[in-house]
Amino acid sequence: MAGVEDRPILFASMKKLAQWAQSGSLWPAQFGLACCAIEMMATAASRFDLSRFGAEVMRASPRQADVMIVAGRVCQKMAPIVRELYDQMPEPKWVIAMGACASVGGVFNNYAVVQGVDRVVPVDVYVPGCPPTPEGLLEAVMQLQKKIRMGGRPMAPEMPSPEEVART
Amino acid sequence: MKEILDALQESFGDRVTVSEALGQTVVQLPAAEIVSVITFLKSQGFNMLIDITAVDRLGREPRFDVIYHLYHLEHKTWLRLKVQVGGDEPSVPSIAHVFASANWAERECYDMFGVRFRGHPDMKRILMPDDWNGHPLRKDYPLTGLDPLPPLVHE
Amino acid sequence: MAEIETTFGQVDPETGLKPMVINLGPQHPSTHGVLRVRLALDGEQVRACEPIIGYLHTGIEKNCEDLTFNQAITLTDRMDYLSPITNNFGYVLGVEKLLGVEVPKRCQYIRVMFAELSRIASHLVWLGTSAMDMGAMSPFFYTMQQREQILDLIEMSAGTRMNPSYFRVGGLLNDLPPGFEEKLRAFLDGFPRWLQEYYNLLDRNPIWLERLKGTAPITAEQALDFGWTGPLLRACGVPRDLRKTNPYSSYEDFEFEVPIETDGDVYARYHVRMREMQESLKIVRQAIDHLPEGEWHVPGWKIYPPNKAEIGRNMEALIYHFKLFTEGIRVPAGEVYSAVEGPKGEIGYFIVSDGSGKPYRVRVRGPSFYNLQALPTLVQDKILADVVAAIGSIDIVLGEVDR
Repeated sequence: MAGVEDRPILFASMKKLAQWAQSGSLWPAQFGLACCAIEMMATAASRFDLSRFGAEVMRASPRQADVMIVAGRVCQKMAPIVRELYDQMPEPKWVIAMGACASVGGVFNNYAVVQGVDRVVPVDVYVPGCPPTPEGLLEAVMQLQKKIRMGGRPMAPEMPSPEEVART
Repeated sequence: MKEILDALQESFGDRVTVSEALGQTVVQLPAAEIVSVITFLKSQGFNMLIDITAVDRLGREPRFDVIYHLYHLEHKTWLRLKVQVGGDEPSVPSIAHVFASANWAERECYDMFGVRFRGHPDMKRILMPDDWNGHPLRKDYPLTGLDPLPPLVHE
Repeated sequence: MAEIETTFGQVDPETGLKPMVINLGPQHPSTHGVLRVRLALDGEQVRACEPIIGYLHTGIEKNCEDLTFNQAITLTDRMDYLSPITNNFGYVLGVEKLLGVEVPKRCQYIRVMFAELSRIASHLVWLGTSAMDMGAMSPFFYTMQQREQILDLIEMSAGTRMNPSYFRVGGLLNDLPPGFEEKLRAFLDGFPRWLQEYYNLLDRNPIWLERLKGTAPITAEQALDFGWTGPLLRACGVPRDLRKTNPYSSYEDFEFEVPIETDGDVYARYHVRMREMQESLKIVRQAIDHLPEGEWHVPGWKIYPPNKAEIGRNMEALIYHFKLFTEGIRVPAGEVYSAVEGPKGEIGYFIVSDGSGKPYRVRVRGPSFYNLQALPTLVQDKILADVVAAIGSIDIVLGEVDR
């Protein structure tokens, strides 16, 4: 290792490096529910340009996404499907509850709307607003990046031991 | 417009009552006549069924008003038909074979109020899940629903 | 739909093959929300199709009964969220009809102006997303850019970009802000060039034409039978536009044409909407040119609340203000149906009042609910790719279908 300090090389732990890479290329699931979905589209479109933050690759399949932006009210009929989509996403994965409805049910305190998507899936970032402005969603993406860089959620799931695999 | 209403009165006699409120024409009729009245009005040029809905008048018997809105393309006017139904199992004859647009509207009405439409090709819930408990737009259905909230999910 | 149940999964007696049943949605990029379509396919051909809705049922009609007449406006915003303002429009007109009041001319003109601006905004989202369904990515970025200009105008006057609740019973939230006119005129001058740009992008594009021409046709009789309204019906050659046939809010003062196409296919619907944007532009220009001076809400404090300065000076004003915001406007008992021409078709409100400050029942006739019903007829025996084109051309908003 002699002489290494003279060369342009950076040392980092593998974990930190992975977190940094993950935070810089979040792939949201293309999955809109209601009004907030239109603002999510606006965020991805020309004026606000989500790609400046590396999160513009909207994937139609949850299998290829690692952040789920729950954009809009989650209704009783939709709730099991939201959970299924979440379960289909590969680890590591994060959830942004966009807007008042996804966070707490919003103005709809009634039988049809699930009072916050955190009753269905775990949420990392809540965005206030009805609907939040695109700036609000951008802020949420940046907060999420910060959280990932600080190691807020596991980098990768614990691998099962061979004994555990054999048992199942 | 007046000729059509006169003709309607003529063919159905005192079973239908025509009135006017806020400049809008309302026709009251018994549930048994709905198919023949709608068919008659359709032949007279009311060729669009705009909407079907109901109003729950809790405390009154018969309890429900089923409301139909029709539109006349040439006279450029709406017409409201009103049918009162009640009892434990309120039901109205279906008009889905007269107007295709009645199909989903009647299903929604059933889903929200529990008013059945006899002779409908597929009388089942449309908006709520199939196993839902109760009919949400009834006045005795609480706003926040009948079931308690599920717990929060943490990881 | 009894016959559909038997078609799904049943063996074809001629070929001995079973149709393949696939689910489009509720999470699918081309269903414009959370629509689910169940399809029985024979190879590429659609043998049966069943739209399944309710994944966005929000209970808006029930919630309206729990709010005062003015508070319920906020819920109407959240149905057709692509043009919330036209939703407000039908509702406030209905309540005003029950109250027996008419708003001053200036207010009517401003309402028309905003309704037409939001019609353009809604059509722009439709154009962008349905072009994206057809595989054309760039129109989306172009249309969203111009939509932002309209949202800026709404934000200027209502304080928020979407769901503004700008129309109130008996008036507006506030008058046009300073600097609004210049900004609006800049948009009006710039937009025709962009509209031409959209034509240039799409109208000579062979893929676009191939996918749209002759796709998912419907006759005028069928369309009327399904209760179709708005641009979809006008694409079948029926000249029904409530702004012309049953004018409201001074639409009779404006000169504009109702675009009609006769083919009834997806391409005709595209053309009707494109030309509607041009006509809307004309109406907005007339409204701003001839905007009357004067009041922009009804006089008195019984319906429209007194302004802040007045509350500070006048005890009576304070009492009226308090009563309006706690008990709500006292609306005489009665029933009314009020309809406006929204971007998707006839938005109708059937409002029942029992004389209290809260509506007894609010029924919303969402145009998309009725328009979507015809989907099985549109795609019967067509190929799978046409289903996506047909859904795009109906321009559904699930918030309005499910309410």
